[in-house]
Amino acid sequence: MASAPSKLYSDDVSLVVVLLDTNPFFWTTSSFSFSHFLSHVLAFLNAILTLNQLNQVVIIATGCNSCDYVYDSSKTANQSFGNGRMPTLCATLLQNLEEFMTKDEKLGIEEAEERITGSLLSGSLSMALCYIQRVFRSGSLHPQPRILCLQGSPDGPEQYVAIMNAIFSAQRSMVPIDSCYIGAQNSAFLQQASYITGGVHHKPQQLDGLFQYLLTIFATDLHSRSFVQLPKPVGVDFRASCFCHKNTIDMGYICSVCLSIFCTRHKKCSTCGSTFGQAQSDDASATNRKRKAPDS
Amino acid sequence: MVVVHSDYGRNLTNEAGSMMDPMFMEASLFVASESLPLEVLMSGPCSQVDPIEASSGSISPSRSPSRSVDSSAAQGFIAVRLLLEVVPPFRRTSTQPISLPRLCLNCRATMTMMMLSGHVTKRAKYKTSVKDSGTSGALRLNEQKLMFMPDNRNSSTKLAVEFKSIQGHKYTKEGSNKPPLINLSNTQGGSYIFEFDNYSDLHVCRDFVSKILEKSKDTSSVASEKAAVKHDEQLSAAEMQLRIKLLQEDSELQKLHQQFVGGNILTEAEFWAARKKLLDNDSSRNSNQRVGFKSVMISDIRPLTDGQTNKVTFSLTPEIILQIFAEKPAVHRAFLNLVPKKMTEMEFWTKYCRAEYLNRTKNVHAAAAEAAEDEELALFLKEDDILATEVRKKIRRVDPTLDMEADEGDDYSHLPDHGIFRDGCKELNESQHDIYRRTLLQDLNRHAAVVLEGRTVDVEMEDNTKAVAEALARSKQGKEGADGNENEERLDRVSRSTTLEDLQPPHSLPLAPLSIKDARDYFDSQQANALKNSRDPSGKMESLGSLSTQEAYGSVRDAISEMKAMGVSVPIINPEVALKVFNGLTHSISSIKYNHGKNPWESVVDRLPTAIKEKLLQHWTCIQELLKHFWSSYPITTPYLYAKVSRLKGAMSNIYRQLEEMKASLQSDLRHQVSLLVRPMQQALDAAIQHHDADLQKRSAKSG
Repeated sequence: MASAPSKLYSDDVSLVVVLLDTNPFFWTTSSFSFSHFLSHVLAFLNAILTLNQLNQVVIIATGCNSCDYVYDSSKTANQSFGNGRMPTLCATLLQNLEEFMTKDEKLGIEEAEERITGSLLSGSLSMALCYIQRVFRSGSLHPQPRILCLQGSPDGPEQYVAIMNAIFSAQRSMVPIDSCYIGAQNSAFLQQASYITGGVHHKPQQLDGLFQYLLTIFATDLHSRSFVQLPKPVGVDFRASCFCHKNTIDMGYICSVCLSIFCTRHKKCSTCGSTFGQAQSDDASATNRKRKAPDS
Repeated sequence: MVVVHSDYGRNLTNEAGSMMDPMFMEASLFVASESLPLEVLMSGPCSQVDPIEASSGSISPSRSPSRSVDSSAAQGFIAVRLLLEVVPPFRRTSTQPISLPRLCLNCRATMTMMMLSGHVTKRAKYKTSVKDSGTSGALRLNEQKLMFMPDNRNSSTKLAVEFKSIQGHKYTKEGSNKPPLINLSNTQGGSYIFEFDNYSDLHVCRDFVSKILEKSKDTSSVASEKAAVKHDEQLSAAEMQLRIKLLQEDSELQKLHQQFVGGNILTEAEFWAARKKLLDNDSSRNSNQRVGFKSVMISDIRPLTDGQTNKVTFSLTPEIILQIFAEKPAVHRAFLNLVPKKMTEMEFWTKYCRAEYLNRTKNVHAAAAEAAEDEELALFLKEDDILATEVRKKIRRVDPTLDMEADEGDDYSHLPDHGIFRDGCKELNESQHDIYRRTLLQDLNRHAAVVLEGRTVDVEMEDNTKAVAEALARSKQGKEGADGNENEERLDRVSRSTTLEDLQPPHSLPLAPLSIKDARDYFDSQQANALKNSRDPSGKMESLGSLSTQEAYGSVRDAISEMKAMGVSVPIINPEVALKVFNGLTHSISSIKYNHGKNPWESVVDRLPTAIKEKLLQHWTCIQELLKHFWSSYPITTPYLYAKVSRLKGAMSNIYRQLEEMKASLQSDLRHQVSLLVRPMQQALDAAIQHHDADLQKRSAKSG
């Protein structure tokens, strides 16, 4: 055989970056226990790794106070860990996850009593994109990257700008963001992320069948997606958060220069400093009415 | 020469006959008669007097200079049947400045004014101002004008004013100790004041005047509107063709046109009035395309020989001349220098053709001999010096890193048995008389360059050779100015093409940076906001209040360590649940039946069957068209608009019904989506219909 490259990346080799929601405040209230969730996800990740020998999985934990890489299949040597009862993936992941939780809790204590119940999705998205950028720059041959968000916590409107920026940079580098929302509400962020980047968004109805959902919807590699029918959202929640009070709004004011969103009228854009002219709508409509009155 | 027949026997009744101007021809057209139908039949040599054209003209009677007379003959304006016979010499022999179209205009005016009969004549005094003692006489009012005839026939205060020019009227109140005066103000700001003998006279006149003023307001707007419409319908053939072309090109437009214009909901003019831009664009596009030079070489145009004499005929057209000028700048310069001063154009071209002929016959010796004798002829035979400098300039513009000398002798023309055959013989390579020789390659290259450069002068516009020459000179001058500092550019190019990438600064993307006023402030405030935002977004989280952070973390950590100790629970998923999930997903995917499912940006409309989709889109465009016309008709100021709006309203309710029918006819799985799409259409229609009804109510309330 001729000198073939060491790794033959064909178009169906995937790099899946999984963002794992580890928000303890969510998991303690959820009807679906964290251990069940983990076992479903672990089985799914194993399935992805077995789909193609070259497939790669990276797991990032999305905590309340921090985010971190907890597993990278390319870095872990295939050796048995601990008592050998578990595959490497599980053992490493659980070990790292436990350490991460401890660290995250400490950070939370340092932050005093102020408590954020949302998880830092923006942070883990950014980390995922950074990892993918590094893969892109490693050479012309690389697996097809995609991001899978497994999110349960509700959206944190205060992260709106950061998340949208991450979404747009994912769109620019053609990285689809798949999302599976296991919380009680709907996540506008994840819906928009998947819509904008061309990924799949799904909200499972039956959480005890999570593995089946993951395998059916999110296991397909990007190349095969053109041949497979995946569920489509009926609609997308496009609501945005205002920059001034971080409220979720469906109608507001937008700076014509930097596109910042505000829930109330401002004289000056707080982001870019552009001053807005006085609204003339009131006078204009008044004269309009005056002008029209004699005609009618 | 105009014969006016009145069918009903009342021929040219003229009460104030003695006052009549001898120029009564037009006036007689306004003869009163009791017949109601009005027909204007005209025969004669004047082609422009066909009935349609007559009706298309402006009908404003005030434009007719002879209007001042007609009223004296008038007797209530009822229709007349007129038969105008115009004998051929009419236009030449007639001393009266009457043209037929104007007659028609006046007829039309009568037609539109055909609403009330009667007139009022009262004794009154005409005053130019209130203090003026006034001239006594008879005031006569009819539909169109008021006339004042002084008792003294020779007095110059005779008055004839059209009501068109009267804006308003004022009068004195009864019992106000003042004489009964009426003051009619005209549009120019002047006024006519009449003093009556008593108040009852004043009242009669006042009522009459106010009635007429009201009427004339109405009719004038209707008339002008009608005129505008009619005028629009009178299209030139070109415009008509343009419209037909537009309709043919755009099937959607054609459908709309068919539906609305064909269905009498909109008139042709209304339909196109909303698309003026389309019509404009097209006409400009037509004129935009310019024809370039032909790729045929002018030297290929053979001279004609008649075979018997020794005469050779060259034929030159402005087109060819322009091409000669463009390809041979020296000829162009010579033409500009020599032609009017030293020789005529004919002589110039004769000389040029002679030189050309010598060149063609390859008689280099003869050419040299002739050139020696005639310096002007030599101009044409010599190498074109302008071209030569231009070529040198061009060479300087070539990429400076290219070594052109390397392949200078790189052709076969120097070798025996190689070369170019032209006109059946090989081009000679004689060094003698070299300056009088042009090679085919030179010609070809020059021609190719000119053709590629394109035409800068429009030959159609300039049919005179001189003008062509000058225009070409002008356009060249413009270009010369453009490539001025050439050396600098060359240096710049050298430095650009010899850059070393390593020494260059990194390329920055041409993105405008977002100027965030104070970056730290911005991001800090976000952080602060995030921290401040401690309220729980969900009600469920609230219940967690009892659970401390520590407990929460602890439970998650417990779950992890439990898994570490016990391993993954087996089986992960129960088969029944898996099947249920799988079936649910399959069902939800297949329930979107027409989902071709390749890209997530696909719209709902694309998922509908084609027939329904097209129907929906068509309804949408129809509604848009109707609404555009509907809202542009408000506020309703004329009866014409009123009629238009009610027509539109009818069409809208029609479409509304069609939408309902379409919704009802659909299968249940499509109905929901279609009704979502139809809702905004219906809302838009609802708003319009509501507005229409409210407006109607207001109107009826006002009038009632």
